[in-house]
Amino acid sequence: MSIEIRNIHKRFGDFTALDNVNLTVESGELVALLGPSGCGKTTLLRIIAGLETPDAGRVLFGGEDATHTHVSERQVGFVFQHYALFRHMTVFDNVAFGLSVRPRKVRPSKEEIRDKVMKLLKLVQLDWLADAYPGQLSGGQRQRIALARSLAVEPKVLLLDEPFGALDAKVRKDLRRWLRELHDEIHVTSVFVTHDQEEALEVSDRVVVMDHGRIEQVGAPDDIYEHPASPFVTQFLGDVNLFHGRVDGAHLTIGDYAHPLAAPPGEGQALAYVRPHDLIVSRAADDALASGTVEHIHAVGPLVRIEVATGDGQTLEAVLAKEVFRELAILPGESVFLKPRKVSVFLADGDYSI
Amino acid sequence: MKLLNRQHSVLPGFGLSFGLTLFWLLLIVLLPFAALVLKTADMGWAAFVDTVSAERVVASLKLSFGAAGVAAAINIVMGFLLAWVLVRYPFPGKRLVDALVDLPFALPTAVAGIALTTLYAPNGWLGQHLVPLGLKVAFTPLGIVVALTFVSLPFVVRTVQPVLEDLEKELEEAASCLGASRFQIFRRVIFPATVPALITGGAMAFARATGEFGSVIFIAGNIPLVSEIAPLIIISKLDQYDYLGATAVAVVMLALSFVLLFAINAIQWWASRRHGGKR
Repeated sequence: MSIEIRNIHKRFGDFTALDNVNLTVESGELVALLGPSGCGKTTLLRIIAGLETPDAGRVLFGGEDATHTHVSERQVGFVFQHYALFRHMTVFDNVAFGLSVRPRKVRPSKEEIRDKVMKLLKLVQLDWLADAYPGQLSGGQRQRIALARSLAVEPKVLLLDEPFGALDAKVRKDLRRWLRELHDEIHVTSVFVTHDQEEALEVSDRVVVMDHGRIEQVGAPDDIYEHPASPFVTQFLGDVNLFHGRVDGAHLTIGDYAHPLAAPPGEGQALAYVRPHDLIVSRAADDALASGTVEHIHAVGPLVRIEVATGDGQTLEAVLAKEVFRELAILPGESVFLKPRKVSVFLADGDYSI
Repeated sequence: MKLLNRQHSVLPGFGLSFGLTLFWLLLIVLLPFAALVLKTADMGWAAFVDTVSAERVVASLKLSFGAAGVAAAINIVMGFLLAWVLVRYPFPGKRLVDALVDLPFALPTAVAGIALTTLYAPNGWLGQHLVPLGLKVAFTPLGIVVALTFVSLPFVVRTVQPVLEDLEKELEEAASCLGASRFQIFRRVIFPATVPALITGGAMAFARATGEFGSVIFIAGNIPLVSEIAPLIIISKLDQYDYLGATAVAVVMLALSFVLLFAINAIQWWASRRHGGKR
């Protein structure tokens, strides 16, 4: 079932949590709401669920207005960051809860509930824990039970609020791969909130980047990463080096350096962002963007991270493959030259909100 | 011989503090009990049975424990309600109401007794309206229940209140998303979470009520076989220099209280195990 969000506004006192937000989530999609804390992503998710009411605007499920439908009738599955499992119930009873609270007329029989719950527990690979209490489970297991519980009522949409936020790195990685596989299997329209760009880019079909109660950019993970629409998105999606320059015609000039632009954003003062892995490190001075002395070399893992201090007090970061690093054989204290492979350019006085 | 297989702790002074604690418990709690039991042992089995099976004594024990049970039951219901209102709803004067709950703790019990008697006596403010309706409160077991309910009120409120406060809002939201009605959320999510606290609070209220003396003696009227509580029997036996008789009744009260508290603890242990320990 598709979700349409139209002109949603929400304020908490003086704080604007959502400022005219519009978004459409297609049926069967897995969408990530990504942004720093306080950007309004959780509020948006809670408004979709009906746990929060918008000051203005509408929420449509499958084209039907659900703005004033009570949360208990909206048929949404909601997964909380801290699981919110019922501690006095067994895992089985937790998953069965949504079915067992139905009015007698539409409530499935005991056997049907049993079959359904066990099927779901198998789906989340925890059927052997049916009789355990939530207190006896690990964080990852609890979150999978919470997911099974929300799926038991066959929700039209599945909403997840920082579902992996309380888990440690390793479990988090496993679970997000698992969530992706699960979604490919059951295809329920899903929206999840995260502040972790890696998580958003890895799991979702589309990413919605938010900041200050507004949507900054919507797009496929690859698209967003390669073509960020604003300085904020560029910075939020990963480490960047910032240069100040000018766009003249089809060229970006930073000091003596000139970079050809295929699609110049206009003319004038510009901000140029270069990702660390897009900086080429060399000993040759030809056409370099910057030069400096190597301060630190972090050579753990397949990538080597090099920090270069330029003359004007800036520290630039470059990442290169280990083989390249070995060939160059750079040592701390040496002078190197940096050249960008790819630059994201934004006019300094541009308005990038959409 | 290693009596305590203790592990190394960063905190020093385990031996000293543990020894002191044990000594203190012995001195303050266990020693009087032991003295009581030893003293009673002097009188011999036959005399003991004779004393405690006397009609008046049995009636008073039944009354004391019965009235305490009723009072605890009332407080479990009303105390839960009070705690619920105090936690859930904002209203003017909330802090005052919150402070009022502690009043029975702070008030000398005799003062409470006199106040209640003035109120419920046949010529009292409430009594004069109740007696014509056939409801005699003062000088009846009902009056005792009223007094005991009063003194044991704070226990349930103060044990349930923090549990309700700590209950995450997400639990209710989760239940709501799953289609539960507000009543179902209360009955199946909120209430079960407070059960262990209710048992604890109820047990404390009960324990407090069984031993209550000051607030009861005025309103009870102390009519033998009708409204005479066990602690009063002990006092009157002491007044008559029947020390052995007094200790015999005391020992029975002690044993009964102990058995009841033990049973309640067992229920609680079972309940907390069901919740799977930690969280």
